[in-house]
Order: sequence, then structure tokens, then C-alpha cells
Amino acid sequence: MSTFKMPSLGADMEAGRLVEWLKKPGEQVERGDIIAVVETQKGAIEVECFQPGILGRLLVDPGTTVPVGTPMAVIDDGKDEEPAPAAPAQAREPAMADAAQAPIAPPPAPSRAVASPAARRMAAERGVDLAALTGTGPGGAIISTDVEQAARAAPAPAPERKPGRVDPAAMRQAIAAAMARSKREIPHYYLSATMDASRAVAWLDAFNADRPAADRLLMTLVLGKAVALALKKHPMLNGHYGAEGFAPADHVHLGMAIALRGGGLTAPALHNADARSLPDLMAGFRDLVARARAGTLRSSEMSDATVTVSSLGERGVDALMPIITPPQVAIVGFGAVLRRPWVADDGATLEVRPVVTTSLAADHRVSDGHRGALFLRDLDALLQDPEALT
Amino acid sequence: MTAEVSKPAPGGGKVHLTHGHLMALLRDMLRVRRFEDRCAELYTQEKIRGFLHLYNGEEAVTVGVCAALEPRDAVVATYREHAQALVRGTSMRAVMAEMFGKASGCSGGRGGSMHLFDREHRLYGGNAIVGGGLPVAVGLALADAMRGRDAVTACFFGDGAAAEGEFHESLNLAALWRLPVLFLCENNLYAMGTALRFSHASPDLAARAHSYGLPAESVDGMDVVAVEAAARRAVTAIRAGAGPYFLECRTYRFRAHSMFDAQLYREKAEVEEWTHRDPLPRLIDWMRTAGHLHDDDLKALEDAVATELEDAVAFAEAAEWEPVETLTRFVTSAEDRP
Amino acid sequence: MSTQTLPPIPQTATTTYRECVREAIRDALARDDRVFLMGEDVGHYGGCYAVTKGLLAEFGPDRIRDTPLSESTFTGAGIGAALNGMRPIVEIMTVNFSLLAMDQIVNGAATLLHMSGGQFTVPLVIRMATGAGRQLAAQHSHSLEGWYAHVPGLRILAPATLTDARGMLWPALEDPDPVLIFEHVMLYNATGPTPDADTVKAVDITHAARRREGTDVALITYGGMLGRTLEAAEALEKDGISAEVIDLRVLRPLDEDTVLSAVRRTRRAVVVDEGWRSGSLSAEISARIMDQAFWDLDAPVARVCSAEVPMPYAKHLEQAALPSVEAIVQAARGTLGKGAP
Repeated sequence: MSTFKMPSLGADMEAGRLVEWLKKPGEQVERGDIIAVVETQKGAIEVECFQPGILGRLLVDPGTTVPVGTPMAVIDDGKDEEPAPAAPAQAREPAMADAAQAPIAPPPAPSRAVASPAARRMAAERGVDLAALTGTGPGGAIISTDVEQAARAAPAPAPERKPGRVDPAAMRQAIAAAMARSKREIPHYYLSATMDASRAVAWLDAFNADRPAADRLLMTLVLGKAVALALKKHPMLNGHYGAEGFAPADHVHLGMAIALRGGGLTAPALHNADARSLPDLMAGFRDLVARARAGTLRSSEMSDATVTVSSLGERGVDALMPIITPPQVAIVGFGAVLRRPWVADDGATLEVRPVVTTSLAADHRVSDGHRGALFLRDLDALLQDPEALT
Repeated sequence: MTAEVSKPAPGGGKVHLTHGHLMALLRDMLRVRRFEDRCAELYTQEKIRGFLHLYNGEEAVTVGVCAALEPRDAVVATYREHAQALVRGTSMRAVMAEMFGKASGCSGGRGGSMHLFDREHRLYGGNAIVGGGLPVAVGLALADAMRGRDAVTACFFGDGAAAEGEFHESLNLAALWRLPVLFLCENNLYAMGTALRFSHASPDLAARAHSYGLPAESVDGMDVVAVEAAARRAVTAIRAGAGPYFLECRTYRFRAHSMFDAQLYREKAEVEEWTHRDPLPRLIDWMRTAGHLHDDDLKALEDAVATELEDAVAFAEAAEWEPVETLTRFVTSAEDRP
Repeated sequence: MSTQTLPPIPQTATTTYRECVREAIRDALARDDRVFLMGEDVGHYGGCYAVTKGLLAEFGPDRIRDTPLSESTFTGAGIGAALNGMRPIVEIMTVNFSLLAMDQIVNGAATLLHMSGGQFTVPLVIRMATGAGRQLAAQHSHSLEGWYAHVPGLRILAPATLTDARGMLWPALEDPDPVLIFEHVMLYNATGPTPDADTVKAVDITHAARRREGTDVALITYGGMLGRTLEAAEALEKDGISAEVIDLRVLRPLDEDTVLSAVRRTRRAVVVDEGWRSGSLSAEISARIMDQAFWDLDAPVARVCSAEVPMPYAKHLEQAALPSVEAIVQAARGTLGKGAP
């Protein structure tokens, strides 16, 4: 037995509100399955399970906010005994003795609704929350007709996924906490370089020329891919800094900063950016943007990024001095790709070329400016050979 | 071939003791005896499993009775019925394969030693419920009688069955309806391990049958010719429409009830005494004395039986197992029915 | 097979269950000369429940055979005759007496096909009375058909209507395997319209029947309990509860599809079985519903069975031991989360 606990979906997440369970007790869950939706300050996030097994008792009901680390469900992995779940802190009855072991007492988990097998199946099919229903069956059990009525009473058929509700104020709080912590704890150093983007632009234009809009690539992705490849040679800029110090990552999971409508910002991970093709990354990025705005990002996407790329080019900015997102140790910023005078390779002729100013903010606890400079040089070189980026 | 000779059979039954007939009786008795001995051996080698009831000592009963039957007659037997199958015509291969539990056994591996069936030879089983075969025999005979067929149903059972209610019910009903049943009591003195004298107030089984109005007689079951003669008398009477007939064959089993038992229920001396009456040497000696059997003949017969037996064992050994996929076949006639 | 023409029986508008069974036997005897009837008091006496009255005079002692009181032997003789080409109908007075023949039925009829590796079929029909209600006490009143329904190789029928009483015998005789027909003693006097020939012809021995349509609960029963169950359904209707009634008809092999489809539609099931509850047919049906329709249920499967007591003689005690209309209504209401009306 193991427990599925309220995950930490960000460095500053302290608690989350369970929006819904996406798996039913008794279902087999595999590593990576989405089993619940949790609302955080950053939005509603689909939460994965990392423990394969059979989902057992659900300890937390939808609508309940519990601290990170609170057991939310039992997963039978065929090992050991079920650990005693921490007793609810606000239980109406006195906490049982073993509750003292739980450092953080979770809020009450209302007893599981008594519902008939038919009601349970129907509720799962129609997305009806059994906990919200009053049963009319034997012994007050919720029966299928109760679920049917509830489903009918809902103004619209319950959607497959509840849209994540993003509370702008909460999100601002979360950003504030993270950025303040970053500035407080991370000794940033900054480097910047203006790079010739003419080859990248020419390649991109050619690539996009005869493609429908939906298949076209964005410069952001070209730049992102270049960052990912460049980082392969500079692991000190790619990874997480935790209690044990810095741990370089094996892969580059690019945190792609996405501004949300109505304010706020999120930077979900585009996994394995170093190993994926540009069209694949582009598709992944479109999906991330859509889900970030719908509030259905996965928990792993919220926590896996090993480095962040922020591109404010569309807003006409020349250059930016970004702040590292903990526990990452670097962030790469791109300004707008602008046509500027450029001294040609002969050292004598001025040409008009598209250029981009690239800046790096890195954690001085892990790397030095020299390392950062080498990284920027390699990044520049990659941009001069865009074919290699595809 | 020698000319017909006759042996004075008890009670004056007419047995035509030609050389050929005697050799046939001897051959069947040898086949049964050697088969049973081989089964005991194969049991120790775990080729044969389950309950295994051997017929050693009782061969004269089945061989003698079956000599009086026609192919159109039916046989109902007990769980000690290898002899009936072998003598009535079921191939030794099919019987041995059934012992092994193989698909080509005469019951497809579903019956085993106690449940040998052979539709072609009208063998309606190996019934392992003591007394259970008697009512079935009555019904078989009833059908023959109702259809006006000239057939006798020979129903073998042991002395133990005479204590079952069905013995009384069946004798009564067969007599009441004058059905062509030959009731054959193989009285080997023991119902498993309980001696007749411990289970029957009156050990005279023929008298009991007589009380239901059946012609009944007792015969020395260790004398194949005597058994045949008695059986012929019975069958003749039955075919003449006299109704059922009861024949008690007094015999003895040399081996344990089932494969092995401690035989605490009988004295070694008693077994010893009965072995002196072993029907096989008895027949052989008589045939020798009467000039019907020479050493060469016996050797040739033994060799032939040994060849048949080894062929049967090899066949059973090589035979296929019924596939497990067909486990639920033959539960009902519609194979897909549960 | 040969056939003979029966003297016409005056067609009446109404008939009884008893007459339907008799008519079925007459019809079978006329249609197939391999068919014969044997049992205790089936001839001169006319049948313990007067089912076979007149048949001896019509068909003669060769085909209507009075037997001694030897249940095991005349049942075994039925097996033997069936093995040997006949189509016997064996009548056992009551299911309680059939225990004396249980060896032949369970160790013989049910096993011969299998033991013989498929060589011998046993086309035997055994009819017997079952059930309580006539104050016949503890050795003539039990419902033990569930025991036989346990046994592979047997087909078990429970005609609960006049049409089934009239129509089930012939297909049972056509079945190459042994068939047991259980006639509930309280049904013999049941009257109703004479089933017409086409309806009788259409009777099968494989399916359960929906005797009443309903949407809220499925009442599953058979044989003698069908009447009470239908009564209970009427009572429930007055209470606004729509009950479906399934008549199993065939207790082995069970027609699961019909049962499960009713349960899936109504989401609730009550099994009404005159047998005792422990280890009963109702337990089997309930278990199959759990196996195969668990996720369709809105309530645990309820059972209404006889009290676990040897059937007493006194009328009030006998009735108290049997599933009552009230008990069925209560059980059905219970599955809907409702108490007493």
C-alpha cells in the first residue's frame, strides 16, 4: 500500500484544492496517469500519479483544500499494509492517537458517500459529484435516479473537464512569492549578447512559406530549441537547486513562459526539448498554451522545467533581464528580432540584418560568468546553422 | 480341431466342449488374468491411477457367462469390470488406454477403470455405485421386452449389492414384469472388507432371489465350464420367456479389494486355500488331462496374449490425452450447454 | 416411431393445469410409440394428483405402468429403457420421494453421457410434484428442485402456467438428455383458458419468460411462487412501484440473459424461491446477478424464501413458512429504500 499525496506543484505551493477525482476506486492506475485535478494559485492542474497500483480509498473529497503532502488516496501497489491515513485535523471527533504522527493534519475528509454500484457508474460517466448528492435509496444510499436527476438539473451536460478557474489575485501572490524568494536566495548574474538572426529568419521563412498557418513554426521555438541544444554542453545551467545542492538534469525540459489572458504568467515544461523535432515541439507548445489558458496543465508540466525561456520579442522589447524561477538555475531571455545595422564578416561593410539580443540570468552558486559566456557563444553558433535545429 | 467331446457339466447344462471352444475359454481367461497383473504393475508405475479393482480369481465367472451370451445381448457390470469389457469384445487397446485416461480409451478417458463403456458391444458400464446397475439392467430389459427384441441383459453385481435396496426392488420388478434379465451375483464372499457372514442374516443369496419368484441357482464360480453351463440354462430359460433368472457364482478374489489393502479382514490361509481352486490352472489341468492342451499350445496362447497385452500397453502409452479444452464435452448432448 | 390418432377430447374454453399435464402425456403417447409412463399409482389409481386418470384405459398396461414402491429401481429402469431406445416418462409422486431415486438421477442419468465418453445418451423425462400448501407436512411438501439444478447433465423445468404444463413435455422428450419436470402441487387445480395448439407448439425449454413488464424492480421466481409474485406486483403497482416479473421456467441451465436484462433495466432484483434460502437456487441467481450485473444495481439483491424449517402441518404454520405476497412486497419496497406502505 502507498498513499497518493497532495503534490507540490511549485516551489511555493503550500496547499491545493481538490477539484475532482478522475479515477475511481478500484481502477488500475499507472505511473503517469492523471488521477485528479487540483487547483493551485497557478490554476487547475491535472495531477499525475507516480505509483502504479489499484486506486483504493479516496481520503479527500472534491472541494476540499489540503496542504501539500496530505494523503489523498490509497494506492494498492501489492506491497505492505495500507499506511494509516492521517486523521482529519478538523474532524468532528477527537483525532485518533496515530494522527499525532502526521506533521500536518489534513482537513476533514467527509465519509465516503454511500452510493449504489449503478449510481457510482453513472456518476463517473456523467461527471456527477456523488458527494454533493442526497441519496433516496435504501438506507439513504445514492442511487442511479439521484445521479440522473442531478445530471439533468445541471444547466449543461457536465463537460469532460472542468475548466480551471484561475484566481488572478492568488496567481499574483504565487508569482510574488516565487520571485521574491528567487531574488532573496539566488545570486543572479547577467550576460547578454546580440546575435545575427539572419540565417535563422531565412530558414524559418522558407520553412513556413508553403505551410498552412497551423503547421507554421514560431521563432520562439527555434530559439528555444537552440537553447536546449546549447545546454547539452553546459549542464551547470540546466537542473534544479535543492536542499542537497545542485542536481543537473539529464534532459532539457524547457519552461516556456506563457502570459495568461487576464494577467499572470506560467511557464510549463516542454519536455525533452533537446531530443524532439521542431514540429513536434511546436505542437507541444501549442498544446501547452491552450491548456495553460484552459487551466488544465499537468502537475509534471508545472514542476519539471529545468530551465526557462522567456521571449518578449512580440512586445517590441530589445532585451530583458529575467529572474530565475526556483529551483531552476538559469533563464534565457530573448528580445525582439529586429532589423539592425550589422558589420559584415569582412569587418568593413555595414549591412541590415535581423538580430536578436539574448540574455542569460544564471545562479552564481552553480556557475560563473565564464560558463555563461561559453553557453551564449554556443547558442549563437547554433543560430547560425538553423538546419541543425530541426 | 478335434471332434466334439463333452464334459459332464453340473446340472446337465449343454456345453459343447470342442477344442476350439475350450481354447477360446482359456484364451479369454488368460487375457483377463495377464491384463489384470499388468494393470497392477502399471499402477505401481503410476500409469494407472484412481481406484483399480482387479478380477484375479474370478475370471471363470465372466468368461463362462459371456460364452453363453450372444452379441445382441446387453451387459451391465460393476466397477470390477475389465473382464466383461475384454471378453465381450472391447479391444484390449481401448480398455488399456482407458486405464491410462487417454482419449482413445473406450470411455474417452472420462471413465477410467471403474467406468468402461462400449456401445458397439452393448456394454452399459462399469457402475461404481453398488447395486446401481440393477435398475438400469431392468430398464434395458424392459425396453427390449417392449420392443419385442430377443435380447438378454446380463447384470453382474457382487454379494455386497445383495444388501442394497435396489437388489430387492430390481429382482421384484424384473420378476413382476417378466423381464429378460440374467442377474449374476459374483459372490466373492466380501463386500469390500466385510465378510458376507457379517452383513447378511442369511448368506443364501439364491434363496433370497427365489423368494421373489425367480429361478435361482448357485454355481461353482471357479469352474468356467460349470458357469457356462449354468449360464446357458439361464439364458435359454430367459429367451423362452420365463422372465429373469438369478445365478450366484461362488468365487473368490485373489487380490485386494482395490489396488492395495492390508487384507486384515481375511486370513492368509483362506486365500491360500482358494488359490488351490484357481480357475485358470484348473481349466488348464483339465484340458491337459482331456488331451485338449499341449505345452506348445499353451505357450503359443501365452505368447499371443503377451503380444496383445504389450501392444495394448504401447498403444495406451502412445495415445493422446483428451485436450483440456474439451473438458465439458459430453455433459449434455448440446456441447455448448452448461 | 409410429403415431396413433387420439379420440377427440371435447374442447372446452377453460381447463386446469392438471388436465394440461394429462393432455401433454396423452399427446406424447400418441405421437411416439417409444413413449411410456411408469410410476407409483399412475395406472389403476389414476395418479396421486389425478394427473394420469384415464390413461391406463386409453393406452393399456404396457404403456401406463404401475410400479412397486421402488423409486430407485423404477427410475433406474427409466434410465435403462432410455439407454435402450425408449422415451420413458417416469413419475415420482413428490420430490421428497425422489430422494430415494437420487442416486439413479445424480449418479446415473446425469453422468452416463460423460462417463461413457459420449456413447450413451439418456433421453429420460422424470416428472414429480413439488412444493407446499396442501398441509402435507415435512415429508411431502418441500421444494428440492434447486438440488437437482445443481447437477450438470440435467435439465430442470418448472412449468408455472397452463401453457407450459401443456407444452413443455414434448420438447423435454425430444431432448436427448435427462429432463426433470417439477409440477407444483398448488398448481394442479389452477384454471385458465385452454392453450391453443400454436401457443403450445411454441413452448420452449430453454428460456425464462417475462410475465409482467415493469421498470422499478425485477421479481424473479418460478413454479408455484409465480402466482404470489404476480399478486405482489399488482400490490406494488397500487403503491406506484412498477415491478417486472420473470418466470425462470428452466432452472437448469439458467437463462441468464433474460434475468440479467431485467435486472439491468430495473436496477433492483428480488428473488422469490419456495426453497430454503441456504445454498439455494435463489442464492445462485443472486450470485450471478452480483457477478454480472453488479454495476447496474441500485440495491442489494433481496431474497424471499421459505423459512428454514421442515414444513409444518398446521395451516397457519405452513403459510407462515412460505414466501407470502406481503413478504415479496416488503422485499421489493426495501430495494427501493421504502419501508412498510
